[in-house]
Amino acid sequence: MTAPVLIKQRALPTLVMAVCTLYFLTPIWWLFVGASKNADQFTSTNPLWFADFDLFTNIGDLLAYRDGVFLRWMLNSILYTGGAALLGTVLAAMCGYALAKYRFRGRELLFNVVLSGVLVPATALALPLFLMFSKVDATNTFWAVFLPSLVNPFGVYLARIYATASVPDELLEAARIDGSGEIRTFFKVATRLMFPALVTIFLFHFVAVWNNFLLPLIMLSDERLFPVTLGLYTWNTQVNQIPELRGLVIIGALLSITPLVIAFLLLQRFWRNGLGAGAVK
Amino acid sequence: MRKSLAAALISVLALSACGSGDDSSSDGASAASCAPSSGPVSLTYTTWIPGIENVVKAWNDKNPNIQVKVQTGPNGNGGTYQNFFNQLKAGNTPDLGHIEYDALPSFRVQDGLFDVASCDIVAKAKDQFIPWTWNQVSFGEEKTAWGIPQDSGPMALFYRADLFEKNGIAIPKTWEEYAAAAVKVKAAGGYITNFSQSDINQFAGFAWQAGGRWFANDGQQWTVNLTDDNTKKVADYWQDLISKKLVSTVPPWTTEWDNAYNSSSAWTWVSAVWGANSIMSGAPKTAGKWRVAPMPQWSAGENVAGNWGGSATAIFKNSKHPYEAAQFALWLNTSEEALALLNKEAQLYPATTAGTKYSYLANPVEFYGDQKIYELFAEAATQVTPDFTWGPTMTSTYTSASDGFKAAVSGQGTLNDALTKAQTSTIDTLKSQAIPVKE
Repeated sequence: MTAPVLIKQRALPTLVMAVCTLYFLTPIWWLFVGASKNADQFTSTNPLWFADFDLFTNIGDLLAYRDGVFLRWMLNSILYTGGAALLGTVLAAMCGYALAKYRFRGRELLFNVVLSGVLVPATALALPLFLMFSKVDATNTFWAVFLPSLVNPFGVYLARIYATASVPDELLEAARIDGSGEIRTFFKVATRLMFPALVTIFLFHFVAVWNNFLLPLIMLSDERLFPVTLGLYTWNTQVNQIPELRGLVIIGALLSITPLVIAFLLLQRFWRNGLGAGAVK
Repeated sequence: MRKSLAAALISVLALSACGSGDDSSSDGASAASCAPSSGPVSLTYTTWIPGIENVVKAWNDKNPNIQVKVQTGPNGNGGTYQNFFNQLKAGNTPDLGHIEYDALPSFRVQDGLFDVASCDIVAKAKDQFIPWTWNQVSFGEEKTAWGIPQDSGPMALFYRADLFEKNGIAIPKTWEEYAAAAVKVKAAGGYITNFSQSDINQFAGFAWQAGGRWFANDGQQWTVNLTDDNTKKVADYWQDLISKKLVSTVPPWTTEWDNAYNSSSAWTWVSAVWGANSIMSGAPKTAGKWRVAPMPQWSAGENVAGNWGGSATAIFKNSKHPYEAAQFALWLNTSEEALALLNKEAQLYPATTAGTKYSYLANPVEFYGDQKIYELFAEAATQVTPDFTWGPTMTSTYTSASDGFKAAVSGQGTLNDALTKAQTSTIDTLKSQAIPVKE
């Protein structure tokens, strides 16, 4: 009796999972297959199955196109994203920790202001930021994209919740008694305890900055400063004029998601820990 | 079009300035403002022309005192125009910008551009341009120009010579013959063409050829006329082909669309000169089988062509060196050296009379069975009627029309319904931006 029930019980979730997996992976599969074809076969063969496998030739073409500007874009993206996510995570952790562990006037007000920042979409801020950077003549620079990307109110929120839950006051007291300064206590004690949350914040931040498209679109006009998203978009808008760009955009899109995939594969186990820990506490 | 209220308000002032101030002030004030600067000058130029660096390098090498720096971005409607508008607000536009003909009026109503006709070198060069391309930047006015014409898109008929011959179908010279040929092509298992349901510019080119005049500006007010008799005639014509399922309707610029040509299911394309390259790269299997003929005519014996695309090099009004910017823009768009490079890098088709006859356009093209197709386009370029004007809110007009076209293609409503709607929504948009419009 039990065996069929068990199968039945498992069948439905498995089916749902299978459908979801298919749904999420089909576009990536399409992208991978498309990237492996030459221009002729791309339009004339089954989009979900391989023709001649030209992936490496295509990648070679992409990297050679216009003196390898694509590599430059990838590098820019990694700089903007990695740098901003790393620094932004530290900043968010410090803010969240301070809000959780120090009592001072206006603490709740400050926290609420930060929280309301979560509600303001980054898109809405791009134009005001552009006008502000214009005032100080700093548009079309690395900093025009990098500095605004450091800010992450959601990270502050997560860090505060997590610090409240997972950094015991007694431990901080003990550190103080042992003569550790506040900054040292934060870096040596608190961050260790908050690590799963920090990974979560880092990943969220990484994805958000990687995908933040409007800000660089508005700020940058020097091709050598573009992140890869803007670069590929720029090419894609020129497909009518230069149809061979279509192939490059597809291969470029495939390559451009690899850093995200790598970041997820490397960090997901921490992330899982982090989500679990947060949920129980 | 995403423009703020503030910008809209400015546009009212701008337009009234255009209407009243120009004649009295331009001779004195702006002639002085287009004076050469002393000392070395550096200019910024924003464009999305692929490979433009190589063209600009040729200039920079020879003009150490006027160095041009290229900036880039997505194509105009993809974001660069919006960036220009933002930069106008912030006061940090580049000196020069790439603006398509259909977007120039929107920059003009926002008072963003420098009147290049006030530079004597530009006024002198005017006659080098094909008259209708000059009209695209002057809006038909005598002493103004809001940019230097850069490229143009005279239209012609691309057709599959092999298929027409095999099935004994004559190459249509008029639209009537084209419709008759469509029936025969359908019987032979193909479609005569693909109707561009979402890129309204092709339809605009048809209307342009037929004598449709969508916009006019008398210096005070805009007139919108998307539903004049000539445009209606074109809309009825294509509606008939769509209703009888004689044309395919896959969305343009997609792989499906390329495939329709590559797999020989679409036999002709009435398109602009740059379409030659689109077919070459979209339908590589059909190499050698295409030819080009003049655009079908509304009355037998006429020689009228439409235009699809084209752009200008504009100088923004806060440029500190408009004279040098004009020098560069003239070199870029009239010199044989620059035009040849632009053609090589980006297949731009020139807007000057001499440009269409340069040697790099005289060669036979292998893909087209060694036909000298550019000679035919040079002819077509002289046959485009000169007085077609774009409106100041084309993006919203296009959006509305293409929504209607997509519906018409799937059987809801007609192309004329779509144009009627686009007419209403265009007038609403103009009003909402406080641009004076005649009803």
